[in-house]
Amino acid sequence: MRVGVLALQGAFREHILDLEAQGASVVAVRLPGQLDGLNGLVIPGGESTAIAKLMVSYGFYEAIRGRHAEGMAVWGTCAGAILMATDIADARPDQEPLGLMEAVVRRNAYGRQVDSFEADLDIAHIDAPFPGVFIRAPLIERVGEKAEILACHNGRIVAVRQGDLLATTFHPELTGDPRIHRYFLDHVIGAR
Amino acid sequence: MSDNPITGTLRVKTGLAEMLKGGVIMDVVNAEQAKIAEDAGAVAVMSLERVPADIRAAGGVARMADPSRVEEIVKAVSVPVMAKCRIGHFVEAQILQSLGVDYIDESEVLTPADEEYHVDKWGFTVPFVCGARNLGEALRRIGEGAAMIRTKGEPGTGNVVEAVRHMRTMLDEIGWVAGLREEQLFGAAKDLQAPYELVKWVHENKTLPVVNFSAGGIATPADAALMMQLGCDGVFVGSGIFKSGNPSTRAKAIVEATTHFNDPDIIARVSRDLGEAMVGINISDIPDAERMQERGW
Repeated sequence: MRVGVLALQGAFREHILDLEAQGASVVAVRLPGQLDGLNGLVIPGGESTAIAKLMVSYGFYEAIRGRHAEGMAVWGTCAGAILMATDIADARPDQEPLGLMEAVVRRNAYGRQVDSFEADLDIAHIDAPFPGVFIRAPLIERVGEKAEILACHNGRIVAVRQGDLLATTFHPELTGDPRIHRYFLDHVIGAR
Repeated sequence: MSDNPITGTLRVKTGLAEMLKGGVIMDVVNAEQAKIAEDAGAVAVMSLERVPADIRAAGGVARMADPSRVEEIVKAVSVPVMAKCRIGHFVEAQILQSLGVDYIDESEVLTPADEEYHVDKWGFTVPFVCGARNLGEALRRIGEGAAMIRTKGEPGTGNVVEAVRHMRTMLDEIGWVAGLREEQLFGAAKDLQAPYELVKWVHENKTLPVVNFSAGGIATPADAALMMQLGCDGVFVGSGIFKSGNPSTRAKAIVEATTHFNDPDIIARVSRDLGEAMVGINISDIPDAERMQERGW
């Protein structure tokens, strides 16, 4: 199983270590050519504006859309969840979503850093509780008909799956808990 | 389950720094500069009254920026906003937290307010970043509650030599602690004047417990990539951008060089035709009393 982690900016090292610990062969993806042959791609947390600008400069938009159409699964955490949606509610004018998952996502929906929080989550297909770490987190406001809502916190959607796409607004890679990485490798990659 | 969110935990404080990794944090003095920084791909902006080169030129006491200016920057951009308070000035820190900044930099670039104590950072919900020249200084700051470290370098000089010295010192000392035997760690903690538990953590994990950026003298894309190759997690660029001939182009080039720090072809391409870099200062030309890196202990 070959999995890439988009390594332009953000918490990509943690995802790489977690996936390697689960037995995956992991590529740190800095150029679009490195997407070739991947079964799955993780778009990590980071600053969505900074990551998006680098994605535009290096031609990642078409490359990721193309590879996803050919069967590469995608998991976005936090900034990654923003980027993979079809709609960014409060996007900067120059901020283009990848448009993979049918969803409306709002950036920094919980407030500023002082409002960042931890909370235990009840996630479908995973034994409760899972430690949720929310850092200037986005909110998934709406999802399409094909989506399965995996988890909510206080009535707000925090994890969604749509076929071979997975979006989480929190950061499993900061917890040392590998269960969502395992879920991505076993159940999201290869699903349609 | 799940209705009790807890804010201000160490994990969300250090976690924001984790999200900034591989990025460039840029000094800005107003909303216009903040937008230029964000458009260039900055992961965060640092709000301050004057950039270090101007603080150096102006002399006198340098303080926290005017709250109106900080608020103007907070409103202008969607990336996290950091702001500087004076070393030990916990009221400036309280004000910055109340203004909604995302990170406070307790910074030697400003004139220290307390020559004995730094701010007790555990009492704040907002996280802090602090400067350090070596491992002992870094662990003392982390012991006081800092959630992120930046090596100090010498701010406002456009001269990367001190940034390199501090990063190498940090890595050498981490290597030294990692190689000690368990019973030597008490002596190491005494030598480093650092909390034993943190020395032990470094010994076991062979790294700092928090993210470590490089700062103080980075002026070119090559400088940024140099610091990344030496092993920092990201870079702060202060005077280097808005004291240069073409801030927007240079800022974007430094962002790309930080991401592609191991790709000389890309660094060569982005380094072309950037216009004038800021005028640098040789460290030996700065009187001892004016070296910002000596502030904080």
